[in-house]
Amino acid sequence: MYDGGKIITGLLVFLILVTVPVWFNAATHAQARAPQLKLPEGATACVEPTAEMRATHMELLNRWRNAAVRSDERFFTMPDGKVYEKSLSLTCLKCHDNKEEFCDRCHNYLAVSPYCWDCHVEPKGGRS
Amino acid sequence: MTVDRRGFFKLAGLGALGLAGARSLPVLGNPLPSPSPPESGPPSGVRWGMVVDLRACLHDEGCQDCILACDHAHNIPQLPDRKHEVKWIWKDPYEEVFPMQAHEYLEDALRGHPALAFCNHCNNPPCVRVCPTKATFRREDGLVMMDWHRCIGCRYCIAACPYGSRSFNWVDPRPYIEKIDPEFPTRTRGVVEKCNFCDERLARNEQPACVAACRNGAMTFGNLADPTSTVRLLLKSRYSIRRKPALGTHPEVFYLV
Repeated sequence: MYDGGKIITGLLVFLILVTVPVWFNAATHAQARAPQLKLPEGATACVEPTAEMRATHMELLNRWRNAAVRSDERFFTMPDGKVYEKSLSLTCLKCHDNKEEFCDRCHNYLAVSPYCWDCHVEPKGGRS
Repeated sequence: MTVDRRGFFKLAGLGALGLAGARSLPVLGNPLPSPSPPESGPPSGVRWGMVVDLRACLHDEGCQDCILACDHAHNIPQLPDRKHEVKWIWKDPYEEVFPMQAHEYLEDALRGHPALAFCNHCNNPPCVRVCPTKATFRREDGLVMMDWHRCIGCRYCIAACPYGSRSFNWVDPRPYIEKIDPEFPTRTRGVVEKCNFCDERLARNEQPACVAACRNGAMTFGNLADPTSTVRLLLKSRYSIRRKPALGTHPEVFYLV
């Protein structure tokens, strides 16, 4: 091998540089911090349990939009008899009125950028 | 055995017919289905329709109440470039709105005077037929609706609509909306839009915004399937026309002249 020493040294330097974040975190015992969401004040429960909403709110929104836009089924009744409109702007955002501190924190953490806000108007609280 | 060219073609033809079998018979026997089925009597259930009284509208030629009400209700942008114009309801000269009913001896009261135009919510909507994603669809109650989530901006529907009722968002409309109503979505660049007969208000048992705003009683909205509804009574008692009837789109917007 020509210049074997240089190549191997270079590879070692490269490996160390690439794995620096791993060493650094191991050394400082850092852990990924889950985003802290600001929950709406005054509301105690969402339309589904928190775990369910956290995992599948996007599917729920998809179902709602198809039901409301395509089938004109706009309302649903909760088990406790409360009636809600299937609407992002008129139902979800009435409680979750701060997009930056609720929607965005999680979406940024997970690096997803839903295009809801291209058309739907975000509530005043979250307007930047 | 030798087969000459003529014999070969005969055998090949018979063979093809045999392979196609009985299924080929109805295709050969029947004419193609008509693209525009004729309307068969009044519908049942709910069938939304509109009646516009052109004379009542002309009493107040400069009035823009219905147009402004629609603009506010649906976050419609006012774009400076007319090529980018987005319109749901607008006024055009009578002979442009009714080219098939206009002629050179048209009465003065109508010639050159504005007539209201908006989506006709056709019974046989060509825009729905051409939409490749079913973003435009016809609801059971007759509303020709748009699902903006699905629109890919191909603009086939704009080409198909004979009434110019559809607009394309060439630019981001948000900066050009006077006052955004957060309860109704804006649209985004690359999406087609049109009058939706205020389906969001119908869901709350309200009249469409234009009808509610009209101070001359020129617009009446109601259920065409109900023989006792105001729209049906109006149509029964007065002569009405529709836009470009010969195209077979069967508009559900009627004009009293």
